[in-house]
Amino acid sequence: MQEIMTGDNTKLGRLHAVIMEKLSSKYRTNTFGEVALGYTEEQAVREARRCLSCQNPQCVKGCPVGVEIPAFIKLVKERKYFDAIQKVKEKNSLPAICGRVCPQETQCQKLCALGRKGESVSIGRLERFVADLEVERPVRVPYRAKSTNMRVAVVGAGPAGLTVAAELAKKGHHVTVFEALHVAGGVLVYGIPEFRLPKKIVQAEVDYIKKLGVEVCTDALVGKLFTVEELLNSGFDAVFIGTGAGLPTFLGIPGENLNGVYSANEFLIRINLMKAYRFPLFDTPIKVGKRVVVIGGGNVAIDSARCALRMGAEHVCIVYRRSRDEIPARHEELLNAEEEGITCRFLAAPTKFIGNENGQVESIELIAMELGEPDESGRRKPVPVKGSETVLDVDTVIVAIGRTPNPLIQSVTPGLKTTDRGTLMADKDTGKTSLNGVYTGGDIMTGEATVISAMGSGKNAAKAIHKYLMSKKRHRQVITVSRTHHQSIR
Amino acid sequence: MQIHQTENSPLIKASTSSHTILEKSDLSPQVKQIRVYAPEIAEKAKAGQFVILRICDECERIPLTLVEWDSEQGSITLIFQEVGLTTKKLGNMEVGDTILNIAGPLGNPSIIRNYGLAAVISGGVGTAAAYPIAKALKDAGNTTVSIVGARNQSLLILEQELRDVVDEFCISTDDGSKGHKGFVSDVLKSLIAKKYAFDIVYAIGPPIMMKAISEITRPYGIKTVVSLNPLMVDGMGMCGACRVSIGGQTKFACIDGPEFDAHEANFEELIKRLRVYPPEEKIAVDFHEKHKGGTCKCRR
Repeated sequence: MQEIMTGDNTKLGRLHAVIMEKLSSKYRTNTFGEVALGYTEEQAVREARRCLSCQNPQCVKGCPVGVEIPAFIKLVKERKYFDAIQKVKEKNSLPAICGRVCPQETQCQKLCALGRKGESVSIGRLERFVADLEVERPVRVPYRAKSTNMRVAVVGAGPAGLTVAAELAKKGHHVTVFEALHVAGGVLVYGIPEFRLPKKIVQAEVDYIKKLGVEVCTDALVGKLFTVEELLNSGFDAVFIGTGAGLPTFLGIPGENLNGVYSANEFLIRINLMKAYRFPLFDTPIKVGKRVVVIGGGNVAIDSARCALRMGAEHVCIVYRRSRDEIPARHEELLNAEEEGITCRFLAAPTKFIGNENGQVESIELIAMELGEPDESGRRKPVPVKGSETVLDVDTVIVAIGRTPNPLIQSVTPGLKTTDRGTLMADKDTGKTSLNGVYTGGDIMTGEATVISAMGSGKNAAKAIHKYLMSKKRHRQVITVSRTHHQSIR
Repeated sequence: MQIHQTENSPLIKASTSSHTILEKSDLSPQVKQIRVYAPEIAEKAKAGQFVILRICDECERIPLTLVEWDSEQGSITLIFQEVGLTTKKLGNMEVGDTILNIAGPLGNPSIIRNYGLAAVISGGVGTAAAYPIAKALKDAGNTTVSIVGARNQSLLILEQELRDVVDEFCISTDDGSKGHKGFVSDVLKSLIAKKYAFDIVYAIGPPIMMKAISEITRPYGIKTVVSLNPLMVDGMGMCGACRVSIGGQTKFACIDGPEFDAHEANFEELIKRLRVYPPEEKIAVDFHEKHKGGTCKCRR
């Protein structure tokens, strides 16, 4: 069996991107190994040479954290990979992750000048290339400012929290990250599967952040173990809340609590976080039947479907209520899924789950949808077609229709204001909440979004927190000085 | 809690990987009690709450009810029955061994106030969860009756501890080896017949027992609270494995519970949802025994 798909890289010239190798679709469905294999050095340099080094680079405008893209690509061209990764890390603390999971096609690459006539420069693949080189070598710790003796508590070790932690540590603040699960990474470890983002990559990025002096406390659920108020009263000068959108949404239709119906979160947590794909070497089990239906059209739905296939399912079908054009998942991942044999049923939605006497799901009733007028999201609203119900036999159903903010912190923090969507009310540029010294960012502020947008808002919050801490420090010094002065007069 | 750096931060008392087993005892052939170092949790724990623990890197996360906590000594007490792989592994651990991860306190505390006359009814290892609630109810001024059930005398746990804190103590065993022969529900029935006007009933144990108690109190309109024990993975509201139907609505036992109004709970669904993984449990236990807990060389 051919293990690797190389693609046709003979088309030279500026308009064609160098194709990245990936595991062949037949081979990869038997393994959780990473599908996309990354560029070789020669491929990376060849791709980097395509960059036009525009005077007024549009790509940078598309990057939520503002990576100086042409500058780092120039360094790749010159084979100065180490300088290239330092350039990226000036703005992005998690490049090996972003190089893999960012939707570059709708961000930096969408704005690339080459994209107007041909294919954009593969910025994400180049970012991944330089980041991976560093993951393989001992990490050089960047310059860290002199200690400010100011302390920050970061709640949640996901993309937003890790970004804030790294940014503030570089500025000389003492940062403690509180993570509720037993491992840092948030959605990067419990949500995104191994074949798309190897956990050793996440671990390497977290290790880098620890090397910056950040302290990470796992198994610490803020809201239960400590409250935000306690953190502020016990020596932390500021708190960043980045608790994400972790609460699974269910459909609210009959039969949803039947056995065999999983939330995508449970399905992915068992597989990714608890490594159920290695059961019984790992103790956590999961049951995946022969026929699997995934409800939803986002990246989480695609990830769940591809995991199900790798767990031995024979037929995996994604059911999405709108059409292919509206699907919110990354196009590249949808293609990967289809290449692997996953089918899609567009314009359909479940109306109920039907089970047997043991409470095990056996079939699902679907209703056809048609697209009506655009709704508030700008996408055409799906409307059920009367009398179009059909029944599909299934063994396992995965509900992947979105996640909402975890309500715990808000419920135990007096004065912390929330929106009617359950997110924290905050200034969208600084993440400042209704409480003094408390900032937020990531999905808990914006609602469910991408890794990079969480990092972007984390970065903004870090800037604001730094400013807040420095003014607090100055204020404190003034008080100390005036006190000493007062005492000396006495 | 586990800390990955040495710097001393506010609020953090434990040093790295500190969840050492300080004491261990056998309460019955299959039920064991351990006292573990977990100072931050000991400080915050309240009756009705639980922890999620993970023994080693390959291990599952399992929920266990907090039985006792001592903030001075920084320790928490847990009781478990060796039924699955994780509890068996836990049972094999000795004083001085450490548990890799303990997260807590999780779940909502019991709503403790002076109701008047309270019954705390428990079955099997559920008695471990009932004990702190009985103690808290008594401390809040309730006249407290405890009814403890087990299959036989040797499986009874915390008998003396409960006797020490409650006003009246009753035992029932399925085989009659101690106390009333039959079920805790029979004892409750007879107490109600003897004009015990309970203001609140707590029932903690196997779902079938909680359902029986719930059916007895329903016609009398006695407020009845059950602590539900569905499967859990994260225990923090993320996975939804622990979803239960309460009054026709889906709730998560980990963040909405674990205590719910017994008369609203769908026990049938809970019982069915608990039946998913026993075959895998058996595979895991067999695999573990065959490979000597992973210490043999054959598999890697």
